[in-house]
Amino acid sequence: MDNAISATGLVKQFGRTRALDGLDLHVATGEVHGFLGPNGAGKSTTIRVLLGLLRADEGTATLLSGDPWRDATTLHRRLAYVPGDVNLWPTLSGGEVIDLLGRLRGGLDPVRRKDLLDRFDLDPRKKARTYSKGNRQKVALVAALASDCELLILDEPTSGLDPLMEQVFADCIQAERKSGRTVLLSSHILSEVEALCDRVSIIRAGRTVETGTLAELRHLTRTSVTAELAGPGDGVAAIPGVYDLVAEGNRLTCEVDTVKLDELLRHLTSVGVRSLTSQPPTLEELFLRHYEQDEPAVTA
Amino acid sequence: MTSTRRAPARGGGTRTADRAPAPAAPESGGGQHSFVGTGTLVRLALRRDRLMVPIWLGVLFLLTIMSSLSVKDLFGSAASRDQLAGSAGATPATVAMYGPSWDVGTLGGLSTWKMNTMGTVLLGLVSIFVVTRHTRGDEEPGRLELIRAGVAGRYSALTAGVLVALLTNVVSIPLVALGLMAGSVGAGPSFGYALALALVGFVFTGLAALTAQLTESSRAANGIAAAVLAVAFLLRALGDTTSQISWLDWLSPLGWLVRFRAFAPQPHWWLLVPPVVALLALLVAGYLLAGRRDLGAGLLPARLGRPAASRLLSGPFGLAWRLHRGTLLGWSIGFAVLGAALGSVSNGLDDFAASKGVRDMLQALGGQQALVDSYLSFTMALAALVVAVYLVQSLLRMRGEETAYRAEPVLATPVGRLRWAASHVTVAVLGAAWLLVLMGLFAGLGRGGDDVGHQIGRLLGAALAQLPAALVLAGITIALIGLLPRWSVAAWGLLGLFVAIGQFGDLLKLDQRVRDVSPFTHTPTVLGGTVSATPLIVLSLVAIALAAIGLLGLRRRDIGAA
Ligand SMILES: Nc1ncnc2c1ncn2[C@@H]1O[C@H](COP(=O)(O)OP(=O)(O)OP(=O)(O)O)[C@@H](O)[C@H]1O
Ligand SMILES: [Mg+2]
Repeated sequence: MDNAISATGLVKQFGRTRALDGLDLHVATGEVHGFLGPNGAGKSTTIRVLLGLLRADEGTATLLSGDPWRDATTLHRRLAYVPGDVNLWPTLSGGEVIDLLGRLRGGLDPVRRKDLLDRFDLDPRKKARTYSKGNRQKVALVAALASDCELLILDEPTSGLDPLMEQVFADCIQAERKSGRTVLLSSHILSEVEALCDRVSIIRAGRTVETGTLAELRHLTRTSVTAELAGPGDGVAAIPGVYDLVAEGNRLTCEVDTVKLDELLRHLTSVGVRSLTSQPPTLEELFLRHYEQDEPAVTA
Repeated sequence: MTSTRRAPARGGGTRTADRAPAPAAPESGGGQHSFVGTGTLVRLALRRDRLMVPIWLGVLFLLTIMSSLSVKDLFGSAASRDQLAGSAGATPATVAMYGPSWDVGTLGGLSTWKMNTMGTVLLGLVSIFVVTRHTRGDEEPGRLELIRAGVAGRYSALTAGVLVALLTNVVSIPLVALGLMAGSVGAGPSFGYALALALVGFVFTGLAALTAQLTESSRAANGIAAAVLAVAFLLRALGDTTSQISWLDWLSPLGWLVRFRAFAPQPHWWLLVPPVVALLALLVAGYLLAGRRDLGAGLLPARLGRPAASRLLSGPFGLAWRLHRGTLLGWSIGFAVLGAALGSVSNGLDDFAASKGVRDMLQALGGQQALVDSYLSFTMALAALVVAVYLVQSLLRMRGEETAYRAEPVLATPVGRLRWAASHVTVAVLGAAWLLVLMGLFAGLGRGGDDVGHQIGRLLGAALAQLPAALVLAGITIALIGLLPRWSVAAWGLLGLFVAIGQFGDLLKLDQRVRDVSPFTHTPTVLGGTVSATPLIVLSLVAIALAAIGLLGLRRRDIGAA
């Protein structure tokens, strides 16, 4: 079995909002998979479908080789989940919530529980009502990380955590990866994804727009080029993959898909290059591109 | 004051566990700027209540107009009213439930007789809910923080909630008065009664302004205020049925209302003063507390909990028990007190048999024992309605868990939907049975006498016979949650309809087929009658079928807020 999660063509309609619109997601066993997309893109909805809380209108999903809707209870023995909005029972203490969720999942490791409480610097005696947002998040994280399972599904697990705690979280995920667990990590934080994830999927308006390793994605980004030429750079505009071209006399600036860089340079040198600066591609740019072009979810 | 303060809902997490509360902003308690923003908050509150409040007021108006029109229609002649006053009006059960029947001989007195209880419950509850919703209800989830951080003074939310609740009561005055006048009741007494009724709502507005300061949870604030409403009812019921303790009436806003006697030749106008004094006193107390405490805090500071879960809290049932137990404890106390009070009232029934006319009627009805039994049966039927309220409330909590996204982490574990739902249903149903046992037990103890054991046995049976009808309401609630989750609060509407059918059925001379719609119509009279088990079995089967349909629906539908 090589895929822990495999979803194809998921569609989910909420009234007139099409939250998922043919979404694909494939997470290999043992990898840490980043799941990105702007607000309202459908990340949490996808996760709820994978947990069998929502039933997809169309498409197929396989989770740990089972059907997430039909086999929900048996599959849930093998996974732990941290929701995007952690809501706890106001009258229970953090320690009680951790134990309860752990026991529901079939028990948790007391040594690990204690260790995680220390590392996350969490007081388990406080009533959930009195926790701050970050501390509520920690309760859910400790409950999930202290249980022994194959798959971790984490929906924006670091929202509300301070930078120190983000680092503790990152260390924990590295450890999980080493011990062979699969992690689906939805996030808005690029540095977190770069540091932790083997592969990422980017979704927008309920559709997957990019998926691959970080190296592959870098490849998809654009390089910005500024050149002083010997003559007018005619014909540059005709090269496919060149965008935002501005030519003033012999000077030109443009953006080019990294795969087309070669072709652009060949053309420029044929004219004659006096000076050339190029800015290396960044992932940030790629993400921003997908985030910016965001349109509201399709309404039927 | 040591208290835990809610950390900001948003913004960076704190490094260590929550910090100690920052000292309250140095704004002084009394300044005018403490009320800044009240106008905006009133408009916001009116907008948020634009559906809820009109529905409550609409129900009140409908009840009034139905009552007055049917009285004019069916009891138009003074003779027919006098006859009713001599029969139904003279039984301790109806006096306990609705108040003394002094003025039942008049059109207005008869039209409003049953409104005394229904009207005060409606106006009392809506006042409590409105105040709590805009004060503690906003404070608990941290919404108020957002508002107070903007330009809104310390007392603005409390003032806005109180103003909207008072306005609701003021609007009820012309509605009730016009409803009565539709039945040819004179304008003066109609407005007088409507005013006295609204003043009861004023008292509970003041009370809610106080209870909203006491606890950190709005549920508890509502609960305490509603419990006081129940006590006010009990005090009046006891005072009106037992002459030795009739002074209890004077302690209760409901007592003030029934003794005001709008339709007597000389109404006791001075009885309009105590509610206003009570309102002012309660408001002063509420504002004093509001000025002294931190945002988010209650009077009782939150205590630390256990660092680890006990063995009891290991599964869905343990969780459901934990979530329901506080509410059940409150209800248990209420039922024990109610049972004991109503049981002991039955001992004072001799007073009723004192007059010659009543004695004759009693003979016709089958003697003193029959009178007591019919009173106790009536009481038990009342308990059935209250238990149904408990069932609907605790089952809707299941839906509340879902909409608050607290069901999600549980359902993401190996706990299936059916087991999750079963945990809540089991706790609710066993809780309801337990409450009826308490009712029967304490009614038997209160009844006392030489054969307490026998009385307890009889009354336990009579109390438990009420369970199947109440369970039908549980079935309805589960069916709604499973099939029409967005409409699950409609369970309250149906319960209200059934209560209205039961309470006003005879007054409106409703068709038997209409009365049969209510499950409570079918509960047999256990005391002093020959009991057939068939209706109880049928009711139970209906309840089970409804629950099964709901659970099937729950298995097939999406889990979530919408
Ligand atoms: N229960 C629901 N009813 C109606 N619409 C919903 C429901 N749940 C989600 N949506 C809509 O579906 C879309 C996707 O929402 P989703 O929560 O999956 O986004 P997300 O990617 O998790 O966003 P974020 O980054 O803000 O958490 C949004 O437009 C949202 O409004
Ligand atoms: Mg989300």
